[in-house]
Amino acid sequence: MTPDIKGFLLAATVKIVVVFSVWMIAIMLATWLERRGSAFMQDRLGPNRVGPAGLLQPVADGLKNFLKEETWPKWVDQPLFLLAPLMSFIPSLITFAVIPFAAPLPGFDFTLPLLGRFTYQGPIPMVVADLPIGLLFILAISSLAVYGIVLAGWSSASKYSMLGGIRSSAQMISYEIALGLSVITVFILSGNVTLSEVVAAQQRTVWFVLALTVAFVLFLVSAFAETNRLPFDLPEAEAELVTGYHTEYSAMKFSMFYVAEYAAILTMSALIATLFFGGWDIPFTRWDEGPPSVARCAATLLAFGTKTGFFLLFYIWVRWTLPRFRFDQLMELGWKVMLPVALGYITVIGLVVWGAERVGVALAPVLIGLNLVATAGLLWGLDRGRLLAGARARRAA
Amino acid sequence: MMREYLSLVLLAVFVIVNGVGMILISHLILPPRPTPVKQTPYESGMPPIGTVRERFSVKFYLVAMLFIVFDIETVFLIPWGVAFRQLGLFGLVEMLVFIVILLVGYAYAWKRGALEWD
Repeated sequence: MTPDIKGFLLAATVKIVVVFSVWMIAIMLATWLERRGSAFMQDRLGPNRVGPAGLLQPVADGLKNFLKEETWPKWVDQPLFLLAPLMSFIPSLITFAVIPFAAPLPGFDFTLPLLGRFTYQGPIPMVVADLPIGLLFILAISSLAVYGIVLAGWSSASKYSMLGGIRSSAQMISYEIALGLSVITVFILSGNVTLSEVVAAQQRTVWFVLALTVAFVLFLVSAFAETNRLPFDLPEAEAELVTGYHTEYSAMKFSMFYVAEYAAILTMSALIATLFFGGWDIPFTRWDEGPPSVARCAATLLAFGTKTGFFLLFYIWVRWTLPRFRFDQLMELGWKVMLPVALGYITVIGLVVWGAERVGVALAPVLIGLNLVATAGLLWGLDRGRLLAGARARRAA
Repeated sequence: MMREYLSLVLLAVFVIVNGVGMILISHLILPPRPTPVKQTPYESGMPPIGTVRERFSVKFYLVAMLFIVFDIETVFLIPWGVAFRQLGLFGLVEMLVFIVILLVGYAYAWKRGALEWD
């Protein structure tokens, strides 16, 4: 092996192990934050006995699930019943691979006794795998998560699981369209699907939340539906379906669904931060775009963590703010509002970008102005009950 | 360029080994000891009535079919969006025609009640 390949393998392995461990700890903290945050919003204490402020509660829960007996109900389809938790666990933990989480580190060149020389030319990108297909990879792999839920629902041979499974299949595929259509406008502005290029494009111009506000709103709503979170948590609506698709699961297999759900939430938070809030970009300074250094890497990592953490909190905040949708309202929102708005928005952005380049005016101010108007119009339209039957009925009453 | 896929494969192997290992270790620590009551599907404590393998609303199939149509549209729009600046006016007009054709189908589906849930 040449020093170059050894250096690459070393960097890749270290990145994978470190990022995976940090990600698992972040998932544990997310479950802790969910329970403590929910408790805070409901004016109670939440878990506070295990470790300082209950921080070790997720560890205790994980250990408990390891030691519990797994149940195999009578009529389950055994291979699929076993495959389903893996099918939701694996995709949800692979998708973060393409999200860049910090500014690059400088390369290295050193020699170890016995192992020989390790080199890495150029900056080391702070992303597990800087794939040229970038975001397409996330769209492709996160679609696989629907299989885990549908298989779990079907193979459990329980009525609650079955209902949860088919509901979630319809919900997830409906909102996947809006999710896919909303990122096309990001591609138009960045001209690239690689996420590090999307971050670079935002550093050159403005954060896309300003330039593409409507796309951000569409993406945010779809992200909630894709991760099965309130107000779109119909697959596991506990008041109707016990816990939906994983009713029959226990012990470690249940734990895996749990981990997969929070991993999906974290990935979506990180993706929202990357696509619309500049990723690891620190606002109001160009210092972070300088040559690679450890200080820049640490500072941008902190910026990325802050943005992701905010959206994680936002998920919990929304959960205790909005009531659950009814299934027909959910499908109506997805098909009759999100889809036409997304298609129309792509057309508008396409025309504006082409027109601005033709006339030769600066793109960013035009887009920001357009989006202020469009977002205000959209929110006004939704609120006036012009698009949603529920609001219309409410006004009539 | 292919190197990046190598790190992805490494990660995938790592995650799969982790997932399978977790299930396996948990299974080895305490193998299932089934009893007839433990094996009953959960139905809020009642003995289960009938089977699960029954018919469900055809609406769900309809949604799946509509999804395929619009997802393929998304797939076509992605390369167009990426290459938008290079394509210029031609690409813009082509895609507008494409979107209009799809809107006709969408309007038809809406009109026929494919998007209604009652």
